[in-house]
Amino acid sequence: MSTAIAPDSTPVVDLAGSSHSAVIGVSIKDPSDTPVDSSPATGRPYANPYLAGVGIGLVLLAAFVVAGRGLGASGAFSSAVAAGTAAFAPSHAAANPALAEYLGDGVSVGPLRDWLVFELAGVALGGFASAALAGRLRGAVERGPRIGSRGRLAYAMGGGVVMGVGARLARGCTSGQALTGGALLAVGGWIFIVTAFAAAYLAGPLFRRQWT
Amino acid sequence: MTLPLASSDLPTTGLGLAGALAIGAAFGWCLERAGLGSARKLAAQFYLRDLTVFRVMFSAVATAALGLFWLSWLGWLDLSRVYIPETFLAPQAVGGLVFGVGMVMAGLCPGTACVAAATGRRDGLAVIGGMLAGVFLFAEAFPSIQRFYDSTPRGPLTLPDLLHLPYGVVVCAVVAMALGGFAGADAVERRVRRRMAEVGQ
Repeated sequence: MSTAIAPDSTPVVDLAGSSHSAVIGVSIKDPSDTPVDSSPATGRPYANPYLAGVGIGLVLLAAFVVAGRGLGASGAFSSAVAAGTAAFAPSHAAANPALAEYLGDGVSVGPLRDWLVFELAGVALGGFASAALAGRLRGAVERGPRIGSRGRLAYAMGGGVVMGVGARLARGCTSGQALTGGALLAVGGWIFIVTAFAAAYLAGPLFRRQWT
Repeated sequence: MTLPLASSDLPTTGLGLAGALAIGAAFGWCLERAGLGSARKLAAQFYLRDLTVFRVMFSAVATAALGLFWLSWLGWLDLSRVYIPETFLAPQAVGGLVFGVGMVMAGLCPGTACVAAATGRRDGLAVIGGMLAGVFLFAEAFPSIQRFYDSTPRGPLTLPDLLHLPYGVVVCAVVAMALGGFAGADAVERRVRRRMAEVGQ
């Protein structure tokens, strides 16, 4: 039961989390009736953030020790875009340096045979497994009470476009620059941490209606 | 010096890719456990209601930085063979600003969007679609951006190089900053929640 994907607004019975029954059945249309509005809408409560953070730190350290490089996410999107462009317009992709660097060696190694592509596929698998075991799988569009699903999806997609441009310009995102660069004490990583958080706080009020 | 096992030339062997999948799975597991597959929880960071993102991120950075320092100090890890992301001052500052706006608009970042999508959140899927479009747009505009993109290069510059401080001192400063930030985060959250309760929001 706890591994089933619950459709929108359907109360989910979580057999394991009886001590947290206050959050069970809270629909996304009415998110503000719990004091901590970011507890999970279904399933067991989230882990201690420090424990999860130390866990991510150890995973990052394992990546350094095993592969000699850190974690990433946006690079896998670049590989996917390069692969897609190359499938439709191979000469166009090969002529564009922003895509060509993600095309592999063009012989035995294709654009998707890439460390970050496999790592990000793992991220999806690991996230799915964790949510399934905690009863937190949930088919939904996360949003506040004053915005419809379409509006929220538009913000999500628009934000994705802006992040895609920003991550390419910065040569990485929260994983590749903030976490990895930050842990390696790279100057660019710390520039990214400061500028990304500053911009998010400054622009936050513009997008708050999604959540309140 | 036996570590890292692989050189920083991207390991594209079957074993290397299996390792990438395993490391990614552990990363995704931790992100989901922390609640960072939820846009609502992630966005709450920027309205100071729930500073989980800060706590997770800085405990991760401090842990990994301490681990790198000790492994290298003990002589088990050759830091010069670990790939350090190169610094380009101007494009990274501008890219960070642009990225931050997109992040608070989307409520997710690229990695957490994958967790959100994999756990059923369709807004996560929309972020992924947008990311692909954004990366494509960047590539199409690249010829006119390239000069800026390659400007102000500093190579694999690190804070200890920049500040002329020993590596361990900078690691200590990062850890101290994280610990101070955690104490501050508790205080900020208490205040914001009390105020929200008063307003009845």
